[in-house]
Amino acid sequence: MITEYVAVAATALLTVVTSGLVGGYLFRVFTGARTWLDWLLVPLERLVLRVTGIDPAEQQDWKRYSVSMLVSNAVMWLGTWTIVTLQAYLPLNPDRIGNMEPTLAFNTVSSFVTNTNLQHYSGETGLSYLSQMFAITFLQFVTAATGIAVAVATMRALAGSRLTHVGNFYVDMTRAAIRVLLPLAVAVSFLLMWQGVPQTFAGAATATTIEGGEQTIARGLAAGVVAIKQLGTNGGGYFGPNSTHPYENPTPLSTLVEGWSIAIIPMAMVVMLGRIVNRRRLSTVIFATMLAVYLPMVAFAVAQEAGGNPAIASMGIDQHTGSMEGKEVRVGAALSAFWAVTTTTTSNGSVAAMHDSLTPLGGLMPLAAMWLNNIFGGVGVGFINMLIFVIVAVFVAGMMIGRTPEFLGKKVEAREMKLASLALLWHPLAVLVGTAVACHVWATTADPGTALGWLKNPGPHGFSEMLYEFTSAASNNGSGFEGLGDNTPFWNISTGLVMLLSRYIPIIAPLALAASVAAKPAAPETAGSLRADSATFGMTLWMVIVILGLLMFMSVAVLGPIAEHLSLAAR
Amino acid sequence: MFREIRQGLRFTLVTMLLLGGVYHAMLWAIGRVAFPNQAEGSLIRRSNGTVVGSRLIGQRFERPEYFHSRPSAVDYNAASTGGSNDGPSNPTHLRSVRARIAAIEAEEGVTAAQIPSEMVTASGAGLDPHVPPAAAELQVARVARQRRVDVGAVRALVVAHTEPPALGLFGRARVNVLLLNLALDDRFGRPAPAAETEAR
Repeated sequence: MITEYVAVAATALLTVVTSGLVGGYLFRVFTGARTWLDWLLVPLERLVLRVTGIDPAEQQDWKRYSVSMLVSNAVMWLGTWTIVTLQAYLPLNPDRIGNMEPTLAFNTVSSFVTNTNLQHYSGETGLSYLSQMFAITFLQFVTAATGIAVAVATMRALAGSRLTHVGNFYVDMTRAAIRVLLPLAVAVSFLLMWQGVPQTFAGAATATTIEGGEQTIARGLAAGVVAIKQLGTNGGGYFGPNSTHPYENPTPLSTLVEGWSIAIIPMAMVVMLGRIVNRRRLSTVIFATMLAVYLPMVAFAVAQEAGGNPAIASMGIDQHTGSMEGKEVRVGAALSAFWAVTTTTTSNGSVAAMHDSLTPLGGLMPLAAMWLNNIFGGVGVGFINMLIFVIVAVFVAGMMIGRTPEFLGKKVEAREMKLASLALLWHPLAVLVGTAVACHVWATTADPGTALGWLKNPGPHGFSEMLYEFTSAASNNGSGFEGLGDNTPFWNISTGLVMLLSRYIPIIAPLALAASVAAKPAAPETAGSLRADSATFGMTLWMVIVILGLLMFMSVAVLGPIAEHLSLAAR
Repeated sequence: MFREIRQGLRFTLVTMLLLGGVYHAMLWAIGRVAFPNQAEGSLIRRSNGTVVGSRLIGQRFERPEYFHSRPSAVDYNAASTGGSNDGPSNPTHLRSVRARIAAIEAEEGVTAAQIPSEMVTASGAGLDPHVPPAAAELQVARVARQRRVDVGAVRALVVAHTEPPALGLFGRARVNVLLLNLALDDRFGRPAPAAETEAR
């Protein structure tokens, strides 16, 4: 086990240490400074903007910026929906995959357009190579770029004084896709191919096994998808079981590379924040606060999974390597748990172990991480979600000391608080109401096990499966308790709608908030100002995150994972 | 608004071609040159050219002359993969774990305490190519007995096929079952087909 703990620590350390470098690169790209990749990527960026018909000098206010985002996303939605529903008639389909059924296509396309990557299909049986390229991979790049673009616009607004314009959506988006995600994805793909992730246009291979059986081995363009799925906090795997599949994550080294890729851009975004608003201490405080939530969750989840399943321990077998149901030997229990927390804090959603088979409290950690959804968070949107909590913490702290709340020298007033509350309350509303509706349907259907067939597991764990699905959809995460039989019209449509609303409300409200802050004049800071870049504020923020972010979900945590844990412990 | 839609369409088209098409094609070309074997799925061929499997994809082994892989929820179907998704308290799951323990106790002549949990739990994708060294050790005596060869020689093969953690740090020591069984056949010959009918 000891090497497993070392691997967890090394992966986390490597990502934290290199996030400064990547954050610096992001800052240079978005402020127009020179970088060492310019000779190659700037011409490509210009090409995209010229074809699109964008004047890079044109500036947009937050409304125009949001409209460009929504319109471009709508066009992408329609284009990719058309591709997957017609894939059987299109080329590059060596395994003769059929067209995607319309409600499943609604769910899939909504899922990938919103950077969620919840998958109610299995890649190897549900998508042609053409769909994997032009629908899945394409969306994995541009939706991650959308998140980064809006985050950058929000940061610019925060930095500005009497500012009306926040940037140009297409310029930001193109820079994020072409100059940030593309080079990183090529580099990561290269390492993954070296480790054994396939990248081939050839169809499934047929093997005659040693014992004389026949094994059909699905393959395809996995390396390119896996790289961008991790870097863009998309998480949608090439194959059904995601990075538990040996073709998606073949070795401990690929586990390291993918683990790094999951968290690097979300961490780098925090670094970039400090550079853009010109207060590096603010980055340090927010980064440290995030780590102070993230690391205890990792430690707790690792301890749970390494501790094994008590029900199996009572059978007297050797479980010293931890709970191994749904896990892979080359990954191991500790790294699986580390991955589970990292992929859910960052809104990624790729998995290296089946979350449905995690121990009850080990499985509570990914749930809690998604309930918060702001610890590093998805590329771009993680920072945006954190901004909401920062504003609320500023407000709470301001109330406690009896002063007008201020953030970065700007007054935080009623309009800002309303927008923050809208974004803040939408998330629990979507999770809890969605789960309640699912439970209601289940409870009022006669013989639901046969009629609906949703739940793989009985008791509190079955409740957790439904809870996890709506949590994952509402936090645009995409991982699942995959025992849930989710490819039904009910789940396809309900989670599809939740994903769409949960993407755009929490993106636009904070952008409007930041724009509202930007329009105000910056007041000089005095000794009486609340300093957001202080350790005291970091602790306040930590308390607000934990209390406000988690308390709303306490009841469902008790009904699902905690009830299951107690029943297991009582055996 | 019309201008917005036109820009959205153009942007979608150009980035779709670039990030969906050119990106994958470029990686494919790099893979063919730099890692031709891995890019095609790390397939293993016999000397006559037939594919026997992939070094990354586990196979089902039932015959007693071979080392067995971990349980698989999809029966090692590499065209439709997945885990059991059984929760830790699921009674059906716990029953099947108990049945697997009993089966291994009978086949290997060991007690429960000697059985690594990996051998009674299903892997994530149902294709785990590896078992931990302890799980291979558990099977050494049976394989040697069935093949009527020296236990030490079989154990030496297992040791030779144990991969250490990467750089001595990352991941766990593990044994690739397919490669080990191929090496068994190389060293001691393929078991007679008669044994096959007996075992089934």
